[in-house]
Amino acid sequence: MHKRTYEEVLADMSQDEQVRQLRNIAVDIREDIVRLGRDCAGGVHLGGCLSLAEILSVLYFAILRVDPRNPGWPERDRLVLSKGHGNLALCAALARRGFFPLEELRGFNTLGSPYSMHADMHRVPGVEASAGSLGHGLPISVGLALASRINAAPWRVYCILSDGEMMEGSSWEAMMSAAHYGLHNLTAVIDRNRFSLDGPTEQIMSLEPLRTKSRAFGWRTLEVDGHDVQGLLEAFAPAPEGNRCPTMIIAHTVKGSGVSFLEGRTESHFGQLTPQQAEQALAELGRARAHIAGEGAAP
Amino acid sequence: MNETRSPYVGLSSRDAFGKALVEVGTADARVVALTADLGSSVRVAEFARHFPERTFNFGVAEQDMMGAAAGLALGGKMPFVTTYAVFASLRAAEQARTDVAYGNLPVRICASHSGLSIGPGGPTHHSTEDVAIYRTMPNMTVIVPADGVEAAAATRAIADLPGPAYLRLSRAKESTVYTMEDHFAIGVANTVRAGHDLTVIACGSCVGRSLQAAESLSQEGIEVQVVDMATVKPIDRQAIEEAAKATGAILTAEEHTVIGGLGSAVAEVLAEAGLGIRFKRLGLQDCFATTAPYEELLALYGLDARGIAQSVHELLAKSQTS
Repeated sequence: MHKRTYEEVLADMSQDEQVRQLRNIAVDIREDIVRLGRDCAGGVHLGGCLSLAEILSVLYFAILRVDPRNPGWPERDRLVLSKGHGNLALCAALARRGFFPLEELRGFNTLGSPYSMHADMHRVPGVEASAGSLGHGLPISVGLALASRINAAPWRVYCILSDGEMMEGSSWEAMMSAAHYGLHNLTAVIDRNRFSLDGPTEQIMSLEPLRTKSRAFGWRTLEVDGHDVQGLLEAFAPAPEGNRCPTMIIAHTVKGSGVSFLEGRTESHFGQLTPQQAEQALAELGRARAHIAGEGAAP
Repeated sequence: MNETRSPYVGLSSRDAFGKALVEVGTADARVVALTADLGSSVRVAEFARHFPERTFNFGVAEQDMMGAAAGLALGGKMPFVTTYAVFASLRAAEQARTDVAYGNLPVRICASHSGLSIGPGGPTHHSTEDVAIYRTMPNMTVIVPADGVEAAAATRAIADLPGPAYLRLSRAKESTVYTMEDHFAIGVANTVRAGHDLTVIACGSCVGRSLQAAESLSQEGIEVQVVDMATVKPIDRQAIEEAAKATGAILTAEEHTVIGGLGSAVAEVLAEAGLGIRFKRLGLQDCFATTAPYEELLALYGLDARGIAQSVHELLAKSQTS
């Protein structure tokens, strides 16, 4: 019997069902982050992974044209995770999307595992560009978008940035060149969780007014609640006809989102969860899942 | 073809690169050229005239350019990145190392105004660490052509590489070493003059001046072998060992700090081969160069033909007394 593809399943869903599905996938990703945050070797970037859950869920399960059975499909959309320290969240999303079995993530960070702290295109199918050093992903995305345009290719480029890496000059160099070359086939998302390693971004180095800056650099700029699936779907919808600008989505998120004791805390930047912490986190995520189901059951 | 005099004779390495880039771009539509507001200076202008849709100026923003080159390569293109060597090796070093070299992407970093060739431009524009920096990057091929003919041959050769390459070009016109293009192969040293008393292993502009030094030394009865080590990485170990065994003394000459460049690469080979011969590295002796016209700087740091000949004398005297 024909096993239906994800796209076929999606096509049969009502919009409400799709939104609930994407919210549930975000919970799945958070659970993966928590379990691997407990089991991995040496710790991971818990806070900045958890804040990505809805962004990755929406991109991989509703927006990106990718084929997990053929990761090198030439016409696929490209996603560059410029905040490469979000690799655990990315790998969870890729596994859930079918690029490789979820069980392969066991042993995260250990010798011999292809899965570790930062994104690595040589070792993980579906990762388009290695990243980890901040401020590299947007220039790479500019190059990818230029390549797509030279070939008059249909594929788009998506780049997920941390807010902290908007302190890097190279990010703003790429903001200039993307607008200069009118790369309307490029969409960037800033995971605006308002923390970098040392503390709140506005204390470390002020980024605001970020929307004004992005617009001044010539980008079509949208702001959205980065944990609101419906809002993200609308933000990622195609730009109005005739748009010649790259698109910037400032996604307001909560660092450590979904796990109460990690939310909005500098300390959640990096670490390893104790079994007790993981248990508490999974219980909270279980309640979140039940809440989504309860909403679905309501008339 | 092998008999033909190259049309690149008499051109500086950067001029030859610019012309050869048009050839390479004509042969392969994947070739794109990137520059950071130095397109005319690094001679990308001719490519831009032929292929405006494949030329991208990133403005004064080398990091963005290098990262975008990696992105273009990921998108199936063959980027030639151009800027001055000092910026290619320092300002954009991390993008070159992490995006290009770790990515093992077919990006060709073509860097002009290397060494002291910008003369009065001074240490802000001299590039005397670039070979050392690029040599340490895994996957990276490093080529320092001796003249325009070799630069053209190298430009064609790197186009065929599956991984990244650094091509070091000069602002100044090098003295002619080659009239034909058939000699060049990546990773193979080329003996441009035979001799039995000492070997000068040189790269870039120092090859031509080493030949001039060898001619003047010949008048004194000293016969110096000159080896053009255009590929600094991967280095031709066999050529170095043979030169050591045949002549028992090696002088390296490069327009670069003696730390980490050609001289270091040759020393590494000699030491690991257990060849304890007389040896000297000619180059900048762990200092920033001062400002002056190029030829005067070369003379000041002993990198002109007279200085090279003097170093040969010193090394040979050491050989006789030890």
